[in-house]
Amino acid sequence: MTDTTEAVRRASTRTIRVEVSRYRPGEDAEPVFQEYEVPLMADWAVLDGLNYIKDRLDGSLSFRWSCRMGVCGSCGMNVNGEPRLTCGTFLSEYGEGPVRIEPLKGFPVIRDLVVDIDDFLAKLSSVRPWLIREGEEPPLTAEYAQTPEQLEAYKQYSMCINCLLCYSACPVYVLDPDFLGPAAIALAQRYNLDSRDMGDRFDVLNLEDSVWGCTFVGECTSACPKHVDPAEAIQRYKLTAALRSVLPWSRR
Amino acid sequence: MIDVLIVGGGGAGLRAAIAVAETDPSLRVAVVSKVYPMRSHTVSAEGGAAAVIGAGDTLDEHCYDTISGGDWLCDQDAVEAFVSEAPKELIQLEHWGCPWSRESDGRVAVRPFGGMKKMRTWYAADKTGFHLLHTLFQTTLKYQDIIRYDEWYVTKLVVDDGRVHGVVAVEIRTGRVETIPARTVVLATGGCGKVFPFTTNAAIKTGDGMALAYREGAPLKDMEFVQYHPTGLPFTGILITEAARAEGGWLINKDGYRYLQDYDLGSPTPTPKLRSMELGPRDRLSQAFVHEQEKGRTVDTPYGPVVYLDLRHLGESKIDARIPFVRELCRSYQNLDPATDLIPVRPVAHYMMGGVHTDIDGATPIAGLFAAGETACVSINGANRLGSNSLPEILVFGRRAGIAAAAFARSHAGQAEASAVRAQGADERRRLERVRGGGGHGERIADLRERMQHTLEGAAGIYRAGDVLTKAVDTLADLGERAQEARVDDSSTAFNTELISLQELHAMLEIARTVVACALNRQESRGAHQRTDFTARDDETYLAHSLVHRAPDGSPSVGLLPVTITRWPPGERVYGRD
Repeated sequence: MTDTTEAVRRASTRTIRVEVSRYRPGEDAEPVFQEYEVPLMADWAVLDGLNYIKDRLDGSLSFRWSCRMGVCGSCGMNVNGEPRLTCGTFLSEYGEGPVRIEPLKGFPVIRDLVVDIDDFLAKLSSVRPWLIREGEEPPLTAEYAQTPEQLEAYKQYSMCINCLLCYSACPVYVLDPDFLGPAAIALAQRYNLDSRDMGDRFDVLNLEDSVWGCTFVGECTSACPKHVDPAEAIQRYKLTAALRSVLPWSRR
Repeated sequence: MIDVLIVGGGGAGLRAAIAVAETDPSLRVAVVSKVYPMRSHTVSAEGGAAAVIGAGDTLDEHCYDTISGGDWLCDQDAVEAFVSEAPKELIQLEHWGCPWSRESDGRVAVRPFGGMKKMRTWYAADKTGFHLLHTLFQTTLKYQDIIRYDEWYVTKLVVDDGRVHGVVAVEIRTGRVETIPARTVVLATGGCGKVFPFTTNAAIKTGDGMALAYREGAPLKDMEFVQYHPTGLPFTGILITEAARAEGGWLINKDGYRYLQDYDLGSPTPTPKLRSMELGPRDRLSQAFVHEQEKGRTVDTPYGPVVYLDLRHLGESKIDARIPFVRELCRSYQNLDPATDLIPVRPVAHYMMGGVHTDIDGATPIAGLFAAGETACVSINGANRLGSNSLPEILVFGRRAGIAAAAFARSHAGQAEASAVRAQGADERRRLERVRGGGGHGERIADLRERMQHTLEGAAGIYRAGDVLTKAVDTLADLGERAQEARVDDSSTAFNTELISLQELHAMLEIARTVVACALNRQESRGAHQRTDFTARDDETYLAHSLVHRAPDGSPSVGLLPVTITRWPPGERVYGRD
């Protein structure tokens, strides 16, 4: 961020009230809201407001962030009840305020706005999110051919940044933590639909807690900041799985 | 006992981990990262990765572009190894599933890039780093024996008698401080853009690995060479990729004039010409901006002077097909549409050519300690890195460092844990617990950080002057002392990010001092290091790397190290003149 930020901030007199969920394990019985007054700058994202609090008002506030350009996936939080990337959500969207910031719903809270995402990482591993090939790996002299059309077939699902807004929005996951969930299924489909991949991940996808657990509410797709459309990925695999049950030799 | 402990889970670290796992599955390999690996800053790389693949291109031409782009400060043996291995690494990524953009016949597509005479930059639209990192991360999940320490922050290398024996790290979630014994350590923590106030770099880019090595006696190399990328969005510093210019974008000043033609970079042509104008090297383009500013031909904004990047003539469909992320970023963060609006841009601190001094296999002078990627300086980037060379660099040298570390670990198998491990670990634990106990009541971390950043921008920006650098030496030393007393509000053990921020500040202050010391010592202008008091390149004295050691009193001590020249004797950098 630019070196003139501070000067611009000083010139501003308008502020917005930010209510932040605070929770320290072992010290707080349950989360409580703490209020801060933050300058209401036209260019400031919610994340800039949180950094203002941490840098100027209260160094003990904990949250994750890194790239500040919507691609690292760290800064997902619940902003006024909706799962959002805080780097891409602007304070000015909330007018006179207040803005209420909570950790992503559906995950255990580690501290303040930081949630435990290890469950997702285990689920991601379970779908074998790598290119499955049979036989010897060819020498590193030429690429596998893939036409732009073949790339297009899975590209959308490869755009997932693992921000987990979709899990937070998913009514099934919030009630049933065993549900494989939108991002993991979309990433399984990212490989299933890749012309270079020879697997189909049927064993992990064709389960009650996997694609068949989805009630097709579509909240995941609405929440996704990268337009991955996990709901479509899930519905497509339901069709694939149904076909495969009828025609066991069919792969995709 | 870990055989190969990798610090950092970005592109270089993950490539090293896979190399170890594939070389010798019996070795225990661990990745310790302060963020989940897929959050690493490799994710932000946009434009592409260079490697010779097409007919009509040669390895020698890629070497020459890299060496002339680096103003002859690259080690040419390293460049030759890099260039010859880069194609294999990019094909390897393809075989692991990287969604490279394609030609209609199914081959990977390439695009032009700054300072490159041939089209050799592979790309995955304009999210190349994102796809590369996720492909690597997801591929590591196949190797279930790779141990991951996610969200652990390494605070110290355990070094005894010239050899590394492991690390001390904090588990951020619990605050637990643990000593992790290891036969080898590979540093792959990326760069340190956050020493500057205005940077494309993510919050996590605080030079941790460089500081870890430097404190234990390993020298840093070429720290004065800081790359300013010519096109960052004002305020946020978000990068607008060079691919925007490779696809035909123009840089214009407040009069709508393509000003690069005034700076020996060639004449404007309607479509991009390689190694010319907007496809010149980043150092020269950022320097041209400063001159435009001095001539009053930039536009003032609340966030500093800007010029414009004009993509309007490319049209919506080309923008969406080739650089969709540029459009997304402009809409989300700048409230404009590049299909119809000019994009305000200014130079922004982007990349460190310097880093931990290593040989061609990533080995540092400390036995068992390796480094790769932006953390390291091999050096293939010399005085100015070419765009799209850093992604293949993390792959080529991540792999090399992994293989070399594995060999070192094998040849030192069976050795027992050194007694130094326990003693140094206990000292470090006590130090961290003192800090967390709410020891400091001085200035705020953010205030000290901002002072450091402004000092560095003033002294070690695009142009430098001896008197300003001399003052900055003292200012930074003073800030280093004040940081020891910094105020800490957070005494909690659970996810205490303030404790980590303070360790990062200490690391950045170490690095900032080396940047200024090296810049002061180099009394010439070369590549990204431009001295207003020594305006010419001086091959007689300074065709040499800067090598900086930490003196016992904590101050940086700078010497010179010869550059390796193999086949390309120093010459003039020529752009746009053929």
